[in-house]
Amino acid sequence: MIAFFAAHSKLIEQIGINCILALSLSICLQAGQLALAQAAFMGVGGYAGAILAARYHQSLGVCLIAGAISAAITAALIAFPVQRLRGVFLAIATIGVGEIARVVEVNLNVTGGAEGFSGIPDDANIVSIMLVLLVCFLAVYALRGGRRSPNALTRRWSLAINATREDEAAARGVGIDTGAVRFWTLVAGGAVAGLAGVLYGHSNFFIAPQDFGFGRMEAILVYCVIGGAGDAVGAVAGALLLTLLPEIFRFLHDYRDVTNGVILLAVVIFAPRGISGLWAKR
Amino acid sequence: MSTLRYDGAGVRYGGVNALCAVSFSVEPGCVTGLIGPNGAGKTTLINATTGIVRPTSGAIYLDDRRIDGLPQHAIARAGIARTYQNIRLFAELSVAENIEAGGYRLSVPLAERALQTLLAAAGLGHVGLDARAGSLSYGDQRRLEIARAMAAIPPVVMLDEPAAGMNPHETQALGDHIRGLAANGAAVLLVEHDMRLVFAICDRVIVLNFGEVIAAGTPAEISRDPAVVEAYLGSEATA
Repeated sequence: MIAFFAAHSKLIEQIGINCILALSLSICLQAGQLALAQAAFMGVGGYAGAILAARYHQSLGVCLIAGAISAAITAALIAFPVQRLRGVFLAIATIGVGEIARVVEVNLNVTGGAEGFSGIPDDANIVSIMLVLLVCFLAVYALRGGRRSPNALTRRWSLAINATREDEAAARGVGIDTGAVRFWTLVAGGAVAGLAGVLYGHSNFFIAPQDFGFGRMEAILVYCVIGGAGDAVGAVAGALLLTLLPEIFRFLHDYRDVTNGVILLAVVIFAPRGISGLWAKR
Repeated sequence: MSTLRYDGAGVRYGGVNALCAVSFSVEPGCVTGLIGPNGAGKTTLINATTGIVRPTSGAIYLDDRRIDGLPQHAIARAGIARTYQNIRLFAELSVAENIEAGGYRLSVPLAERALQTLLAAAGLGHVGLDARAGSLSYGDQRRLEIARAMAAIPPVVMLDEPAAGMNPHETQALGDHIRGLAANGAAVLLVEHDMRLVFAICDRVIVLNFGEVIAAGTPAEISRDPAVVEAYLGSEATA
């Protein structure tokens, strides 16, 4: 067992980080926001954590907090210009934000430019990553819980988020401040993506702007689509499956990434509500 | 117990006066009917009250508090609940969650028994709490919208054509329910095309035409008013 973990520790860390990323997008999707700047928020967190650790020798805990806060602030700044955008228009604007972030990272000195940022200490391990994942998972799960949510406050938040997704106008009509719901879900999603970015840097020792580009964002979106949009269990299941399968199909060599495309097609055709939709009763 | 008062409220869409200088009150404990031909401004009036459109002139008061210009959710929290002409339920959420969302402004979650009471009062006793709202029949969805509005225990309720698509038997049950709301002290504004329902349950009827109030009074007065007859049936051909 220990030998298995030792041999596959990097893979397991990647799975954990990808699960956190999927959860970060899931928060936005739950409020009905197709906001696709998660990779950019991950990058902000990743660079904040990397700089604090490599230059100022801060511990992983400090880096995580700083990464989450800096990503959350970035998300809050973006939330204002996109507050009137919905659906694909929001998606396009936030993809643009991701591209801007990548270009900024390439051109700054403090990020190491296009060559990337190396020398990040190897502070993240399976335990710390899984701990962060667990906390994020429970938080997102509680928000999705609706009437089954554990306490009055999360139940109220869950209700506000679910109602905003279903019908914004009707949600405002019952007294829900949907603008606040959209703002805070975007900020919370940004903070969670920032955590994933810090862990990613501390697990890989090296980060570069292309780690946080459109390819990453697309992968996060596919985790959520395959797992079941806006569902904590689904997001984690999708990220787990899609990180694991290319490794299992390594014997296919150059064709192994085809598996992800095949799975995506199969899910869209046979389980349009994602993996979690297969066992949801309604 | 609250009174909703329109003080010269008007809504202009570009060059069109959808609602011009409307003044009247919706009193607590009463059902006030709002009727008028298509395009008379009935739904515009509800939208202006609930903050979906902003009145371009005049003011709207809930008791002494001016509510026009407040954001939609603030108006809802002040205690004005509504139903929609086209059903706007949270379709993927359960019946219970829809009603609970209706009670959002109370900031205390509704107890299971309160949910059951609301459902029964709206004539939805046969519907399960965990049923998906979108899976209900059309009539049940309309009733669920009313139950959702009532979950807020709102001092003012605006019903936009609640009887649309209901059979006479269902309409009568709906009428009894609306009378019950008023009996409990709510100020009810009823927009409806079913005149039999309007004349049966309203204490007062306001008639709109081209955005203006052309008549106001008891159902008996309204049904005799020549201006109303003209608006609905057209003027007698003059030789």
